[in-house]
Amino acid sequence: MGALTRRQRAWWAVITVLVLVYALFPVAAIFATSFKLPSDLNSGRFLPAQWSWTNYEQILVGNAQGLFLSALRNSIGISLIATAIAVVLATFAAYAIARLDFRGKRLILTTALAVSIFPVISIVTPLFNVWRAVGLYDTWPGLIIPYLSLTLPISIWTLAAFFRQIPWELEQAAQVDGATAWQAFRKAIVPLAAPGVFTTALIAFFIAWNDFVYGISLTSTERARPVPAALAFFTGASQFEEPTGSISAAAVIVTIPVVVLVLLFQRQIVAGLTQGAVKG
Amino acid sequence: MASIVLRDVVKEYGDGFLAVKGVSLEIADGEFVILVGPSGCGKSTILRMIVGLEDITSGDLEIDGTRVNDKAPRDRNLAMVFQNYALYPHLTVFENIAFPMRLAKGRFTDEEIRERVTRAAERLELTEHLERKPGNLSGGQRQRVAMGRAIVREADAFLFDEPLSNLDAKLRGQMRTEIARLQRRLGTTTVYVTHDQTEAMTLGDRVAVLRRGELQQVASPRALYEQPTNLFVAGFIGSPPMNFLPGRVEGDVLHLPVADVPLDERLRAAVGDRSLVIVGIRPEHVEDATLLDDARADAGVRFETDVDVTEWLGAELYAYIPFETAPEVASKLEELDRDLDGEGMRSQVVVALDAESRVRDGDRAELWFDPARLLVFDPESGVNLTRDDEAAARIDERNEELRRASLKRAQERDRADGEASPAQERAAS
Ligand SMILES: Nc1ncnc2c1ncn2[C@@H]1O[C@H](COP(=O)(O)OP(=O)(O)OP(=O)(O)O)[C@@H](O)[C@H]1O
Ligand SMILES: [Mg+2]
Repeated sequence: MGALTRRQRAWWAVITVLVLVYALFPVAAIFATSFKLPSDLNSGRFLPAQWSWTNYEQILVGNAQGLFLSALRNSIGISLIATAIAVVLATFAAYAIARLDFRGKRLILTTALAVSIFPVISIVTPLFNVWRAVGLYDTWPGLIIPYLSLTLPISIWTLAAFFRQIPWELEQAAQVDGATAWQAFRKAIVPLAAPGVFTTALIAFFIAWNDFVYGISLTSTERARPVPAALAFFTGASQFEEPTGSISAAAVIVTIPVVVLVLLFQRQIVAGLTQGAVKG
Repeated sequence: MASIVLRDVVKEYGDGFLAVKGVSLEIADGEFVILVGPSGCGKSTILRMIVGLEDITSGDLEIDGTRVNDKAPRDRNLAMVFQNYALYPHLTVFENIAFPMRLAKGRFTDEEIRERVTRAAERLELTEHLERKPGNLSGGQRQRVAMGRAIVREADAFLFDEPLSNLDAKLRGQMRTEIARLQRRLGTTTVYVTHDQTEAMTLGDRVAVLRRGELQQVASPRALYEQPTNLFVAGFIGSPPMNFLPGRVEGDVLHLPVADVPLDERLRAAVGDRSLVIVGIRPEHVEDATLLDDARADAGVRFETDVDVTEWLGAELYAYIPFETAPEVASKLEELDRDLDGEGMRSQVVVALDAESRVRDGDRAELWFDPARLLVFDPESGVNLTRDDEAAARIDERNEELRRASLKRAQERDRADGEASPAQERAAS
């Protein structure tokens, strides 16, 4: 692509701004709302009349604390465990897919793809019944298992694409250079595989972290309910007050880790997502 | 420094494919041996067995008199340069070259490592790239880093697997001479796999020609060129390749599709009682009769023929002469063509004439060759019937003498350089 003319550049700027406003306006609205006082909620203005921490106090130390903090704990714990399991399993699967020739390799890949495009909503009801029957309803494993069905397929695909690009000959080169089999793997392969595994972990974590459908359907109490589902159960300070402010504050808090991680690792994430498409 | 001996080495891959069928080869200390052959003939397999990356199915591999079949690669102390260089992308050039020394824990101090890497980098002109990552280097620079990694730890032997095949023609020429110079200076035993004619002929002290996992001939480049043992070697060595023509024997005359050759004593002995043979003549041994002085012209065979296409290349002129092949040898020649990765081209004679020649497309030309240059092959077995074992042995002997002499010269020169700069000498020891 050659250099853009001034006109083109102006157009791109306009389009970029439009897209940014369209994408970020809701976020900004939630952010602003989270600092409003309850009395300010229906004022019809975008920015709060008076910036206040009331909502944050309420969910972190106030009377909504129990609801929110337990949900936050659930979310973090469940997402981390689901991510860890998914990444470990996907690493093994992807290693086999990338390096070995075995029957059923295509089958595994197509199954993974089929699982990942299967609509979540259509299995949530049967799962609800099964989980109640086997006692997994409203437990951490009850959410971790369905989350694996979301995170495993994409992890397998991205990691397999990553591993295929690793020059495995390096392992042999290292052995000739005087390394033991284990040294060769650790010094020549792990440094190359690590970024791929890390990126995959990030992507898997976001998927689990952002889930709402499983979270709301397969939990009933604070035992396992994750934040996105818990938001729906917030109540205002009194029965007559709307919980909008607290919900906004909670939403901001759960968005922060995602935003920070994406900002820190955006290059790796883009590389990971486009790994299969672009041959290095 | 080490000698390498292969004794009846066989490799059968897991899928039952017999890639190497009993190869025996003795490589002397300090020798530069080339493994050459068409794609899939087992060159890389042999190299990988020597270095220990591939198990040896049967037979013995000895390095310096010790059987090493069961030793891990790291215990063989050999250095290998891979076709795609196999550099560690996450390490800088410096660390790539230092890698083997870092693995040999305790053998080298940091100071020593730095000295050796710096010296190797100087030798390979990599000094200003030491802190860069291999991904940002050009093909030739990467190649040199791979070489640096190989030479830095004073391995017993160097193994190269088509190290120049990813470079463009010009760079390949430069690196070729660089490798030759380096090997002479270091005097390290070297096994070099290639399927490039020029590399095979110019680099090696000896060339081993392989075909479908079997050794065809091991000899000096010159002996391969002048005294090939069979059709395959004759067709493989030389560019453009040797022409093969059906030759019908009638009384005292050998009828070729393009000319009739009187049978002299040498040819008579070679032909024996066969009535049909395959005759080989190198393109560069045919000349334009009009450019020769009479004395020479009378000593050979003149013939007139129709030239189909000509190519003028500045230094010489290629002329293509189509001919009808004999059905009895057609299948043998086709098989040979397949073995040589040929394209099943129609049967034609290629001749390389003097660039002064006036022959052009479609001309009827008068050409000439010396029958003493003809090679005669058995049409069934493909054996070279005109091969002179004594002459071949003489060529190899002479070649060996020259090799020793040039090795000695290179090392004397190296020593002289060393005395000129004592600092460098200290770094070396
Ligand atoms: N891992 C393997 N399993 C089965 N067969 C193999 C394996 N590696 C190589 N082969 C076969 O062994 C034969 C020799 O292979 P090799 O790589 O040594 O050829 P090569 O002479 O190096 O060819 P090229 O010039 O193309 O590199 C080939 O026919 C190949 O198909
Ligand atoms: Mg090869």
